[in-house]
Amino acid sequence: MSSQPLDIARELLLAPSGLDESHLQTVLDQLMGHRIDNADLYFQLSRHESWMLEDGIVKEGHHGIEQGAGVRAISGEKTGFAYSDEIILPALTEAADAARAIAQSGSRTSVRAWQQQAGHRLYLPLDPIHSLSTEQKIDLLRRLDGEARRQDPRIKQVIVSLAGVHEVVLVAASDGTFAADVRPLVRMNVTVIAEQGDRREQASAGGGGRVDYSYFEQQQRGLGYAREAARQALVNLEAVPAPAGTMPVVLGPGWPGVLLHEAVGHGLEGDFNRKGSSAFTGRIGEQVASPLCTVVDDGTMPERRGSLNIDDEGTPTQQTVLIENGILKGYMQDKLNASLMGVASTGNGRRESYAHMPMPRMTNTYMMAGEHDPQEIIASVEKGLYAVNFGGGQVDITSGKFVFSACEAYLIENGKVTRPVKGATLIGNGPDVLTRVSMVGNDLALDTGVGVCGKEGQSVPVGVGQPTLKIDSLTVGGTL
Amino acid sequence: MAETPLQAQTAQNSFDIPRSLNVVEDMLQEAKRLGASSAEAGVNIEAGLSVNVRLGEIDTLEHNRDKGLGITVYFGQRKGSASTSDFSPRAIRETVKAACDIARYTEEDEAAGLADAELMASEIPDLDLYHPWGITAEEAIELARACEASGREVDERISNSEGAAVSSHDGLRVYGNSHGFLGHYLSSRHSLSCTLIGQSGEGMQRDHWYTLSRYPSELESPETVGKKAAERTLARLGARRLDTCQVPVIFEAEVARGLLAHLLRAINGGNLYRKASFLLDHLGKQIFPDWIRIDERPHLKGGLGSAPFDNEGVATRERDIVTEGVLRGYVLDSYAARRLHMQTTGNAGGVHNLFIKHNDVDFGELCRQMGQGLVVTEVMGQGVNIVTGDYSRGASGFWVENGEIQYPVEEITLASTLQEMFKGIEAIANDEDTRGNIRTGSWLIRQMTVAGEG
Repeated sequence: MSSQPLDIARELLLAPSGLDESHLQTVLDQLMGHRIDNADLYFQLSRHESWMLEDGIVKEGHHGIEQGAGVRAISGEKTGFAYSDEIILPALTEAADAARAIAQSGSRTSVRAWQQQAGHRLYLPLDPIHSLSTEQKIDLLRRLDGEARRQDPRIKQVIVSLAGVHEVVLVAASDGTFAADVRPLVRMNVTVIAEQGDRREQASAGGGGRVDYSYFEQQQRGLGYAREAARQALVNLEAVPAPAGTMPVVLGPGWPGVLLHEAVGHGLEGDFNRKGSSAFTGRIGEQVASPLCTVVDDGTMPERRGSLNIDDEGTPTQQTVLIENGILKGYMQDKLNASLMGVASTGNGRRESYAHMPMPRMTNTYMMAGEHDPQEIIASVEKGLYAVNFGGGQVDITSGKFVFSACEAYLIENGKVTRPVKGATLIGNGPDVLTRVSMVGNDLALDTGVGVCGKEGQSVPVGVGQPTLKIDSLTVGGTL
Repeated sequence: MAETPLQAQTAQNSFDIPRSLNVVEDMLQEAKRLGASSAEAGVNIEAGLSVNVRLGEIDTLEHNRDKGLGITVYFGQRKGSASTSDFSPRAIRETVKAACDIARYTEEDEAAGLADAELMASEIPDLDLYHPWGITAEEAIELARACEASGREVDERISNSEGAAVSSHDGLRVYGNSHGFLGHYLSSRHSLSCTLIGQSGEGMQRDHWYTLSRYPSELESPETVGKKAAERTLARLGARRLDTCQVPVIFEAEVARGLLAHLLRAINGGNLYRKASFLLDHLGKQIFPDWIRIDERPHLKGGLGSAPFDNEGVATRERDIVTEGVLRGYVLDSYAARRLHMQTTGNAGGVHNLFIKHNDVDFGELCRQMGQGLVVTEVMGQGVNIVTGDYSRGASGFWVENGEIQYPVEEITLASTLQEMFKGIEAIANDEDTRGNIRTGSWLIRQMTVAGEG
């Protein structure tokens, strides 16, 4: 088989039911004949597997296949959408009929000649599921289980999971887009429960990316997840109640970048700004962060979980500057919202699957490194919180209020990290929280490849990152 | 909905029940042919439409048709599973084979297997779950348009809208296993919702309202939904912060449901056998005040959580989970039950209509009983640790003094432990929210830590 994504996609998605480009052209012509501005077809084949070890035995395995095609028709601000889990011409025609029903008006346009779009080559078009034998996968699960238990006798329960996805997508659109992508994605996770007396704590660690399973063997990454999960659970066995109130907060590097995802990321998605429902609406060019802050969304990072060679509308991904030296620079766009706002798509049009409509979504969102030594940042705080790991977050993009929940945090007392505290939710206001960033570390890191972002019921893999940051005041939701 | 023009010619979703039953039987047979000692298989099909109208115009129109089949095979105590959306004979054979291949590698687990044969539902009661609406896309658009318009005209401070949505879906569920059980039922689910944005001074707020039922005739009218969305949005305008304090808290019914959902996770078999719950070994112990009763009613006619059998074919039945404040039962499937040396409670896949007893007081009386404190109408974020019971979430709502709502509040957190919160329930109002599988009124909790300014 060719290693060109387009050839792979033709062979796996179209050839089995005897479809070729001329059939896709026919369906799009039929759509466009009904006064539709734009239309696209999205074909997807996704094979996934997962394995789970618990109580020291490999207990469960699952294998799944999903395939189908989504048909979208756009007329002004209106979108009609239908899909089929059968990739055959009659099903496509039927879906096209349903999708175009929204068009009451709109100028008559035609399908542009297709231009085969070359996306990036950020990852190999490989099938991770076959990158290890089943025996090797099971051996890997067992070794992580052993590694976690070896850390400390207080580790009582270990759950290890391994998951891989091989996804092939093809996009054909009336604007001339004809593009394909082959997207591997792997993930491992270790969850442990530690017990001490009658106290119990749970912790998880994991990672992955658009690579094959050998990633977990390299640099002992898999074993590292086991050690990290055990370490965190043991730390939390000692945690005391967290403080309540507004105080200086130092966030560690990497995954705490979930702050950026919630506080500014969602609010800078094109759909909310086109509709005027975001707290950031109409604020391009304004100061929304301290001059120390430059935040980007970057779908072009090699092998990252949030990266894509092309987005789900066939647009190559890019690095989009959201905030530069504190000034709001731009939004993340898909084709629909970009065209309604008179700008170009930024390659952020993503969808969970063929059965979901695309919308502007983040890829890898992070803050550029600053100049401070992380130790210096901690030493500058007399009394505050040092939060190094988080569960997840949520934002109300209209009021701008966002939360993110720490699962590993410590008190800072007189410039020193002292006792671990229990998990607590931090809450702030997106449009002004970054104005209170007074120090930015030189230790930019991205997360290990665990992020899942949910929006309007659709989940997509994403990445986040940041250097160590000091926020002069943020509300900490403890009990003391 | 009082006067909805219904023309059923278009969107009546037809399900090929005999074919779906055959697919399940074929899968079970194929598993047997490949040497599986037992197997279970299921088919789910859902069809419907969703429309969203924004600022009077169609925003999105979606036609949904989803189907999936799944199989789990057992070779003795070894297990494998697989799923696909392709119902072709070839895909079915490949899917069963994939599950069997996996079972060659998984290990002996003495708790693995089907639920016991004698627990299978022997009859499938008609629970009145299937009431297709037959609404056309055009009719749905008109309803959504009317709903949004009613909300937008309430007040000029309603400055923008995320739209009103109508959704109507019908589904077929089939489950069978090698005990010879083969059951199916149809169901439907319809909703109407509206999300509006208000502006005052610098700040924007949004809120929503929705109505949800298996019966189209029981949905609230589009006008009611639009107006409630507007009223809720307006009530949030001008929200302030609070100083960090310890106060009594009322969880409005919609968010009190979340507290019961946390209880369900804590008494879920999976978390119990993993010792990952703060309610481990609490069966027979007092976890609520002694007047609290929580029960499950799986056979409620038309209930959003009603089901004649669970995800393992086990007959569902009414039961008490908490009486006199004492935990009387867990939420178990057959696997967790075996791990705990207990019997399944027919909850593979979750609970079926949970009710908590209320005191005969309305929401206003609950506020007066509180006197001074916080009413929470929205919680945000994950901050709930089921292993320890620690609770810390973002919140917004209203400040209450002298038993009356004073002003909206936002950007605060609420913290305590679920243990303390459950024991600290002082009253539950009769404003039961029926839009879900868990039905509760608003809760008054004695005291929580609110973090805000200072």
